[in-house]
Amino acid sequence: MTLDAKIPAGPMAEKWDRHKFDMKLVNPANKRKFTIIVVGTGLAGASAAASLGELGYNVLSFCIQDSPRRAHSIAAQGGINAAKNYQNDGDSIYRLFYDTVKGGDYRSREANVHRLAQVSVNIIDQCVAQGVPFAREYGGLLDNRSFGGAQVSRTFYARGQTGQQLLLGAYQSLMRQVHEKSVKMFARREMLDLVLVDGKARGIIVRNLVTGEIEKYAADAVCLATGGYGTVYYLSTNAVNSNVTAAWRAHKRGALFANPCFTQIHPTCIPVSGDHQSKLTLMSESLRNDGRVWVPKKQGDTRSPEQIPEEERDYYLERKYPSFGNLVPRDVASRNAKQACDDGRGVGESGLAVYLDFKDAIKRIGQDVIKEKYGNLFQMYEKITDENPYEKPMRIYPAIHYTMGGLWVDYNLMSTVPGLHVLGEANFSDHGANRLGASALMQGLADGYFVIPYTIGHYLASTPLPKVTTDHDAFKEAADNVQQRINALLAVKGGRGIREIHRELGRIMWDDVGMARTEESLTRALSRIPKLREEFWHDVSVPGSPDNLNQSLEYAGRVADYLEFAELLALDALERRESCGGHFREESQTPEGEALRDDEHYSYVAAWEFQGVGTRPTLHKEALVFDEVHPTQRSYK
Amino acid sequence: MRLNLKIWRQAGPNAAGRLVDYVADSVSTDMSFLEMLDVVNEDLTKKGEESIAFDSDCREGICGTCSLVINGIPHGPDRGTTVCQLHMRRFKDGETVTIEPWRARAFPVLKDLIVDRSAFDRIIAAGGYVSVNCGGAQDGNAIPISKDIADAAMDSAQCIGCGACVAACKNASAHLFMSAKISQLALLPQGQVERQRRVLSMIEQADAEGFGSCSNEGECEAVCPKEIPISNIALMTREYVKAVLAAK
Ligand SMILES: Cc1cc2nc3c(=O)[nH]c(=O)nc-3n(C[C@H](O)[C@H](O)[C@H](O)COP(=O)(O)OP(=O)(O)OC[C@H]3O[C@@H](n4cnc5c(N)ncnc54)[C@H](O)[C@@H]3O)c2cc1C
Ligand code: FES
Repeated sequence: MTLDAKIPAGPMAEKWDRHKFDMKLVNPANKRKFTIIVVGTGLAGASAAASLGELGYNVLSFCIQDSPRRAHSIAAQGGINAAKNYQNDGDSIYRLFYDTVKGGDYRSREANVHRLAQVSVNIIDQCVAQGVPFAREYGGLLDNRSFGGAQVSRTFYARGQTGQQLLLGAYQSLMRQVHEKSVKMFARREMLDLVLVDGKARGIIVRNLVTGEIEKYAADAVCLATGGYGTVYYLSTNAVNSNVTAAWRAHKRGALFANPCFTQIHPTCIPVSGDHQSKLTLMSESLRNDGRVWVPKKQGDTRSPEQIPEEERDYYLERKYPSFGNLVPRDVASRNAKQACDDGRGVGESGLAVYLDFKDAIKRIGQDVIKEKYGNLFQMYEKITDENPYEKPMRIYPAIHYTMGGLWVDYNLMSTVPGLHVLGEANFSDHGANRLGASALMQGLADGYFVIPYTIGHYLASTPLPKVTTDHDAFKEAADNVQQRINALLAVKGGRGIREIHRELGRIMWDDVGMARTEESLTRALSRIPKLREEFWHDVSVPGSPDNLNQSLEYAGRVADYLEFAELLALDALERRESCGGHFREESQTPEGEALRDDEHYSYVAAWEFQGVGTRPTLHKEALVFDEVHPTQRSYK
Repeated sequence: MRLNLKIWRQAGPNAAGRLVDYVADSVSTDMSFLEMLDVVNEDLTKKGEESIAFDSDCREGICGTCSLVINGIPHGPDRGTTVCQLHMRRFKDGETVTIEPWRARAFPVLKDLIVDRSAFDRIIAAGGYVSVNCGGAQDGNAIPISKDIADAAMDSAQCIGCGACVAACKNASAHLFMSAKISQLALLPQGQVERQRRVLSMIEQADAEGFGSCSNEGECEAVCPKEIPISNIALMTREYVKAVLAAK
């Protein structure tokens, strides 16, 4: 298989406009004859379903929550980037493009990133038109802030609830199309298989999570916008129902999975408090604009923070990276926190935390201003930890937050399965080995509002798509496949809890495939994961029946998929014997301990082809070519 | 810590439900309420018994999925807090805690503690938006909006759609939920064009769904995890009256 990214010809800045002109259009009267399935109603899925509905397509939209408004995107706090240059501080499309390629440590596809930067400006306009209440200045214009890794203020925000407000904007547009009957909404449905007819994606199999029924849906094209796979680590900042299931089942049907080892660890989360913990809570990185990160200079210093004098504190980010200071990118901030703790200078009971201190900011701009900027975050912190962050520095520690890897897509967002398009966090395309803050919301909405409406039209207009109904044998085969897996889960009747096994998987992933990876740890993970998978299939207990609402069954299905997927993630990490972005191989570092890339051998996208569970997948490489931004060693000194 | 739990179990929408006793042992004060239930469920699962069905997702107070009535109060005893953010340090050793689903005609129980809130989606579908298609929007800064107005709109827009307001109201009214969206869009210039149509359609839909009317009890405001004030309802009522008069 050769991977063709279908990057349009021409100068970087003109590629997308030219491509838009070159693509075929679907005649307005014909649009309603095409059915498009959109799985997922996060920013990517909701914006896609709404826009496709507005264009006149017949859209079927699916999500696992009880309402499309509850997709995981709702939890995003900090903001969304756009190259508006409203602040006159030197921003431009090119700079956003440049920052994103550099921030991704030169492992993303330039043409996709440029398009993302280009349409970013339209996203803000669209959201404002929908009534998204972005923060404003006194003059009535939109306010911006700077966000991790950027030296310009290009981040738009709605208090600490940007994801919520953007998602509600997209959700409302989606519900408007539901009202207009161009979109049919199917909530509480979980996609469990992709249906291929003549090699093309022509439908999906879902489980109705209320009745347990296995349902079949046919279409002319399928879009997956099912989010990331961070919960393979068990503890993460993702919502507890986030999963890899839809993407993984599509992978098993032939969609290549790209760069699964590119996972992002967010530096500012509330530390783990015990075994019972079900998720980790993010403290938005915008806090690093005003908070200063430090640990005691002395190892094992157990004094409370206010007793440690200034000169005995190590503001290590400011010390090591004078020009970026506390605003270094996430991977750098996370790794440094880990180093400080490994060095015995971590704080809090577990020693697995560093301080994020607002004392100086409160002195400088006052508690009221801090409260206005971050009030809800401070409140959330206090609720969870029972400590007042206005008085005592926050304790923070890195946690899994985002996954850059995902299903491989070409420039048109189509996977290696014709007709299967992948949007948002579920695809791999724009963030390389590390995502910059406030860029995931941008990408989700770019894909849904401004890319897929064009590219899917081209696919539909240029592909012969004979009518297919759910009576086709392929639907029966896929539905039987789903049913068998469900029966198998219920039949194990062992004695181990699903959560217990998931937690154990998470521990393997965090210890061996986490912030610092080595040949040894990855090899160990690759022997531990299949063993745990075997244990699961021999000894898991999944009570209840298949034919009604059964949360144990849902959860078990997701964990079963993770137990297969985790192996691919670890293998990808093992095979990439370089450090880049969030992927840190201890064997590959600079004398100062920074990630050391190996462009000569690893400047490619690793796209894996499924060959069976427990069988080594086949690696395909998409070479990365940098015409505009020349790879250099990232430096934030 | 050890707690005695009385939890509503109901096999399906048409089955009869009842409170069943459980004991939660070795509860730590750092646990969230839902993590305490996770532990109870994990024990049930290991014994091959069906777990207690309850809804949750983000577990940080923003998605609006979690929805438990604890000792008679939607989302439990803490003000401005969803149940996923409620922590066990709020409870005493040996305490008895009753856990029930949202109860309202328009929110039928699906199983145990899970209810069907799709009526809220249909209310939004009836008009809770600005009708703009994607593409062609003018520059974001072309409409200046004063900071005060933007902040007030944001105050209302914070609603997470959890339905606690309905669960707390003796009339099972959806007024606080509706009024939050109506206020947000009535305050902003973008919402002006459809202002009247919006309030009429949304209220009509709420009536059709079987939500009750508002008799100013204020229970909704007291349980709202985002502390959305009932002044929103007053604003909605004015909008409604104006719209009805204009329609005549
Ligand atoms: C706490 C937190 C804060 C963040 N803050 C920011 C920020 O400030 N700025 C930023 O840019 N990014 C931020 N991010 C990242 C960003 O929120 C996500 O990357 C982004 O929202 C993902 O959107 P999505 O549409 O791709 O997927 P999601 O929002 O995850 O949506 C996935 C959808 O797929 C559905 N689904 C999943 N599996 C199935 C299935 N099998 N069948 C049917 N449906 C399924 C779900 O129901 C859901 O509707 C944050 C992330 C977290 C966790
Ligand atoms: S689970 Fe999201 S608000 Fe409680």
